[in-house]
Amino acid sequence: MPKRVLIVDDEPNIVLSVEFLMKREGYEVSTAGDGQEAMQMLAGTRPDLMILDVMMPRKNGFEVCAEVRADPKLADMPILMLTAKGREAEMNKGLSLGADAYITKPFSTHDLVAKVSELLARQPAGD
Amino acid sequence: MLGPNLIVVYALLYLGLLFAIAYWADRRADQRRSVISHPTVYALSLAVYCTAWTFYGSVGRAAATGVGFLPIYLGPTLIAALWGTLLLKMIRVSKAQRITSIADFIASRYGKSQLLGGIVTVIAVLGVVPYIALQLKAISSSFTILQSYPEVYQIGAADTIPILHDTALHVALVLAAFTILFGTRHLDASERHEGMVAAIAFESIVKLIAFLAVGVFATFYLHDGFADLFDKAEAADLLKNVIVADAGGYGNWVSLTLLAALAVMMLPRQFQVAVVENSAEHHLRRAVWMFPLYLLLINIFVIPIALAGQLAFSGTSVDADTFVLTLPMVNHQGGLSLLAFIGGLSAATGMVIVETIALSTMVCNDLVMPGLLRRWKREPPAADLSVLLLRIRRGAIVVILLLGYLYFRFAGEAYALVSIGLISFTAVAQFAPAMIIGLYWRGGTHSGALAGLLAGFGIWIYTLLLPSFAKSGWLPAGFLEHGPFGIALLRPQELFGLGGMSEITHCLFWSMTFNIGAYLYFSFRREPNVNEATQATVFVDALKHERPFGIGLWRGKAEVNELLALARRFLGADRAGRAFSQFAAKRDIDRIERLPADAETVHFAETLLAGAVGSASARVMVTAEEALGLDEVLNILDEASQIRAYSHQLERKSQQLEAATRELKEANDQLKEIDRVKDDFMSSVTHELRTPLASIRAFSEILFDDPEVELKQRRRFLGIIVSETKRLSRLVNQVLDLAKIESEHADWQSEDVDLGVLIHQAIEATEQLFSERGAQASIDIPQQPCIVTADRDRLMQVLLNLLSNAVKFTPRGEGLVHVRLSEHGPGYRVSVSDNGPGIADADQAHIFEKFHQGSGGANKPVGTGLGLPISRSIVEHLGGRIWVESRPENGATFTFELPRKTET
Repeated sequence: MPKRVLIVDDEPNIVLSVEFLMKREGYEVSTAGDGQEAMQMLAGTRPDLMILDVMMPRKNGFEVCAEVRADPKLADMPILMLTAKGREAEMNKGLSLGADAYITKPFSTHDLVAKVSELLARQPAGD
Repeated sequence: MLGPNLIVVYALLYLGLLFAIAYWADRRADQRRSVISHPTVYALSLAVYCTAWTFYGSVGRAAATGVGFLPIYLGPTLIAALWGTLLLKMIRVSKAQRITSIADFIASRYGKSQLLGGIVTVIAVLGVVPYIALQLKAISSSFTILQSYPEVYQIGAADTIPILHDTALHVALVLAAFTILFGTRHLDASERHEGMVAAIAFESIVKLIAFLAVGVFATFYLHDGFADLFDKAEAADLLKNVIVADAGGYGNWVSLTLLAALAVMMLPRQFQVAVVENSAEHHLRRAVWMFPLYLLLINIFVIPIALAGQLAFSGTSVDADTFVLTLPMVNHQGGLSLLAFIGGLSAATGMVIVETIALSTMVCNDLVMPGLLRRWKREPPAADLSVLLLRIRRGAIVVILLLGYLYFRFAGEAYALVSIGLISFTAVAQFAPAMIIGLYWRGGTHSGALAGLLAGFGIWIYTLLLPSFAKSGWLPAGFLEHGPFGIALLRPQELFGLGGMSEITHCLFWSMTFNIGAYLYFSFRREPNVNEATQATVFVDALKHERPFGIGLWRGKAEVNELLALARRFLGADRAGRAFSQFAAKRDIDRIERLPADAETVHFAETLLAGAVGSASARVMVTAEEALGLDEVLNILDEASQIRAYSHQLERKSQQLEAATRELKEANDQLKEIDRVKDDFMSSVTHELRTPLASIRAFSEILFDDPEVELKQRRRFLGIIVSETKRLSRLVNQVLDLAKIESEHADWQSEDVDLGVLIHQAIEATEQLFSERGAQASIDIPQQPCIVTADRDRLMQVLLNLLSNAVKFTPRGEGLVHVRLSEHGPGYRVSVSDNGPGIADADQAHIFEKFHQGSGGANKPVGTGLGLPISRSIVEHLGGRIWVESRPENGATFTFELPRKTET
């Protein structure tokens, strides 16, 4: 059974490119345009990994991250933050809120793919 | 032979002679060839003690009480033995402190107190006025008696004569004129009057010769010497009165001797001639024996004249006080009568002149001066005060003599000459405790001296002055007989039941008891303060030091020039300059200006001034210790105001500094804010750059890695790369554009722009956007041109931005954008409305901020987030403003205003 990856970003072009990359790796992909939409989707099916932007309308990535970690059902879901906010302080904030990895835009597609597969491999195969 | 006019002529000639002597002596003094720097002159001047009272009154008292007249001369004779130390001490202290009167002396001893000086002055004036009255009475009586020569009539009471025809008044006025001539022609720093002293010495010779002449006449011409005279008196049963002491007994002898001993030093005129006018301490050595010798000589013939007179006038009413004059008269000795009259005149005028000069100095320095100083504190005085000082003294002389006349006219008749004199003696004796104890005991204080003087003087008023009023009928007689309110214990002449004494003895006993008691009691109540202790040392140790004292404790501050100016004011420029030059020469300094303003100089100035205004006033003026001085106080005020001004400046400076600090802090905060904004801006810019870059890189890598991507997808990816690249370029351009506008470095064209035309052009330019979105544009523009002065391209940029924003937010296919141009106030208003979702209130406030993009729902708006900030900058640069109005779900309206083109 393929791993499910949720991509959350308000930039359609980013979503498109990441979606293409994940699908090419054989993952099942779902997308959300902002944090609120993402939380609605998480309430449905639990993905195996979430790629999360920070600067989004309605609910930003940090808020989403915090909520996910506060939810016991989602607490152990890997989160990869993919954001244009490249400062060290912001990176630390993301990691301290529970993100498992932090990649800044513009990103290397190889790094992203490698990091995603690493994070997915870390946790036991889906139940 | 001796008509009234002739007597007046002789009297005036005599006074003229006196004045000539005084004038000559003054001239000699100015030429530094003093005639009075001779011990005999000094001793003779002390004989001013012998007044008309001695000349006429001794005989009267001898006739009444025998040797009872003697204590008045015994006292001075005995005390003269102590002069070698007591008077020497007074002289030395007075020279060192420039003391000019007895009031000055006492004030100076107790810390240079103005109050004490004033009290002593009042006591002296009140106490001495009867004594002056006595002299006036003697002169006018002798004049009246001599007029009827050779007949001897008893003169009537003075108050039956109209005042203006009263000889005594004329005498008082003439004497006032002469006293002014003698004593106040000019002001002397040391208050010494050499001419006056010479005249007084001369008078002492005249009155002695006159009295001796009458005595020789009575003893050896009328009778055959002493033995014959006493035999005849014995035969007439007169002698037992003479030899037996008067009713008061030995107690009266002792008290009168003591009283006279004190008076010879405490009387203002005696202090004047003995202390103030003393030109050399060694003169004292001759005075110690010569003055008693003089007293002996002038007393030798008192009893013979009294006996001869009683023999000659037995059975008549001729007053024994007039025997010296009437005895030659009845014997038709015209020349001798005139000599006797001149002798009496001499005795009286000498006393009046010296006494009033001394009193006028005291009144001026110790009574008027303190008041003036207080007034000058409020309003600065005239530059030259020496004239004013002289006027005060002259006024005082006239007033004192008129007081003497009034006493003579209204109270004088009740008493014999001797009694009036004794009343004055008792008054001035009140100075003795404060003076003499103060010379030997350091513990005396200002309050002690004050209490002693007031107590003693109070007793004097109660036991001597009031009874004299009662005897003159001004008070009910019951006051004397039964005491006030019938309280026998308080009977003025038998106070606390003490009777059996003469009124003088009684008064002396009680006044001295209370005086000394109060002096000691109040002195023991507290330690002397610094001022009192300093002065105590100066006075008590006067004989231990050759050098003038009282320099050390000076703590004020003054400039030599100020001191000189101060001295000039009171002494006149010449005298002050000369005194300062001499002082400088003494200190081996060639010019006055080079004098250091040290304690010694200040002390010198103080003593110099003390001569003119008294020591207490001088201290105040020079040191401004009591904040009463004039120049000093002004200076201090001046300094204080300078300091105040300086502190104002400091305050202002510090306020300015605070303000500057505040501004700096504000500027710093602004800078920090700008820095933060710039930081945020940079952060936003990098974010906005990273996003398109991320897409470009991602798709580029995808395409690079996988050449097998199907064509359709490849085209799409490449399209994204192109559009994101355009987005990047736009962003970079806009950032640069904004930076340019904000830094004011942009090149702005200034041309006439018709807004209507420009709107048409803008809509044409965005036609494609509208058609893509399926939106409709409508316009509402006035017919006439609406011209503004602006940069056409920049203004077009604003319109394009607003139009494209509006289109962007309209619902797809149903968009409506309305552009309206209207006149408004001083300019034009352009509004662009859309039927989009509107803008939330919270966002409206931030919409013109950089990189703030409306959270227009799920659809991420396409734009850089710099369009509106740039538009705002352009509109504001053109002198207008831009704002947005919107209600959610009802579209948004962006409006800007621009000023109309100004007519040139």
